[in-house]
Amino acid sequence: MNVQVNMTSGVDAQMAQKISIKDLKFFYGDSLALKSISLPLYDKKVTAFIGPSGCGKSTLLRVLNRMYDLYPRQHAEGEVLLDGENILAADQDLNLLRARVGMVFQKPTPFPMSIYDNIAFGIGLYEKLAKSELDGRVEQALRGAALWNEVKDKLDASGLSLSGGQQQRLCIARTVAIQPEVILFDEPCSALDPISTAKIEELIDELKSNYTIAIVTHNMQQAARVSEYTAFMYLGELVEFAETSHIFTSPSQQKTQDYITGRFG
Amino acid sequence: MSEFSMSLYNARRRKNLFAKAACVAATGIGLAFLALILGVLLWKGLSGLNLAVFTEMTPPPGAKGGLLNAIMGSVIMTVLGVIVGTPLGLMAGTYMAEYGRYTKLTLVVRFINDILLSAPSIVIGLFVYEVLVSTVGHFSAWAGAVSLAVLVVPVVVRTTEDMLLLVPGGLREAAVALGMPRSLIIRKISYRAAKAGLITGVLLAVARVSGETAPLLFTALNNQFWSTNLNAPMSSLPAVIFQFALSPYKDWQQLAWTGALIITVTVLMLSIIARVLSAPRAQK
Repeated sequence: MNVQVNMTSGVDAQMAQKISIKDLKFFYGDSLALKSISLPLYDKKVTAFIGPSGCGKSTLLRVLNRMYDLYPRQHAEGEVLLDGENILAADQDLNLLRARVGMVFQKPTPFPMSIYDNIAFGIGLYEKLAKSELDGRVEQALRGAALWNEVKDKLDASGLSLSGGQQQRLCIARTVAIQPEVILFDEPCSALDPISTAKIEELIDELKSNYTIAIVTHNMQQAARVSEYTAFMYLGELVEFAETSHIFTSPSQQKTQDYITGRFG
Repeated sequence: MSEFSMSLYNARRRKNLFAKAACVAATGIGLAFLALILGVLLWKGLSGLNLAVFTEMTPPPGAKGGLLNAIMGSVIMTVLGVIVGTPLGLMAGTYMAEYGRYTKLTLVVRFINDILLSAPSIVIGLFVYEVLVSTVGHFSAWAGAVSLAVLVVPVVVRTTEDMLLLVPGGLREAAVALGMPRSLIIRKISYRAAKAGLITGVLLAVARVSGETAPLLFTALNNQFWSTNLNAPMSSLPAVIFQFALSPYKDWQQLAWTGALIITVTVLMLSIIARVLSAPRAQK
């Protein structure tokens, strides 16, 4: 199978690339999980990654903030340029990278502390603020995650006391609060009910005016709803990358056609 | 249902009943011995329990007295041992679960720690005797505390590592994704999430060492009088129980029973506190 980045179908090569992935290979031990992936993430756009389980879409996402560095015997080859700088370089400061590239996970992971501290903790890592300023930033982050009205009277309550959907929005607020440039969503709605899912999707739609967003999802309708660009991956390869409308209406690859029409996966 | 499958089902049902009965019986026998031990201890110990036990010193044979110096000695040496041993154990356990989770060193340390955990305490007593008693020339409370600390370390290492490994990986990843440095993640996230378990580990270590006799006999020896001098021999409950229980004197034997009751109740309470603290995690 050839790696096909469809540049003719409306993807503008001149548009600003926040991240460009070039010939990326990823290894779990000796096994090759990503086979020469190349694609751009456009600035302040939402790019969705779809594909059957095990196709490497989460793996790809975890390369973008080098989360894989936590684990032994995992390594990446190739280039991932963030504003032109290769984040795979050995001298890359990982904490700074992760401050610029935030991540929201599949399972909500509030820290075992109050709602307020869940947000303030992250801010405190990078900025020294007066209490009143910090209060403002926490409120701003919670408003940004459409959670403020639900929690404004119980900021001292434990983050763990919230419902699943609220916890996930708290995690988004926490990520937004440290003002990253890119936000990675790894199946952010797969543990949530439809109403919470709708709220998160709305949120992603609002966030894209300020952030470059990458979202991994199993839900093709979700990809169609929230993203401008879609990458379809299969068995560690990028099958097709194009504008979302193009992928879902007239994909160039048979494999993509089969997947989005539910013939496999 | 056909005849054949019914007989198969009945055979399995009988086996199941038999296995269940065997398990219940084994549990019953174990519990019966425990009840017997606690019963005898309560029976013999309670009759000697009075205020004097907590206010007077260990008596010479035939005189009235209490266990105050032994209780104080036990408390002093246990507290010192825990103060010395806990930070070492916590830090080693933290290294193993956080920084060195995938390193060879951790495998080696875990293996050695497990050996230390099950090492006979008399060996540790002998070791500390060689290092801190025979070189100095006399028994001391310091040596006693050090030998208890050596017993505390492996218990705390083990529980610390286990409890930190139980902290969900997702929580750690979420903290890493915010760009938090490792040390902060450990202090603010991992320790916080594992707090109850870590405290439980320390309490279990206290329970473990508060009944130890052998290492103290080699190190702090015993002292019939009130002493808070850490450079001198110091009394302790287990050592006094050992001495008094083997004596031919009725008063001493009675005090030994009472001392045994005090230790048992203390350890029992520590265990219950440890259980209560770690209960919310166990229910999940």
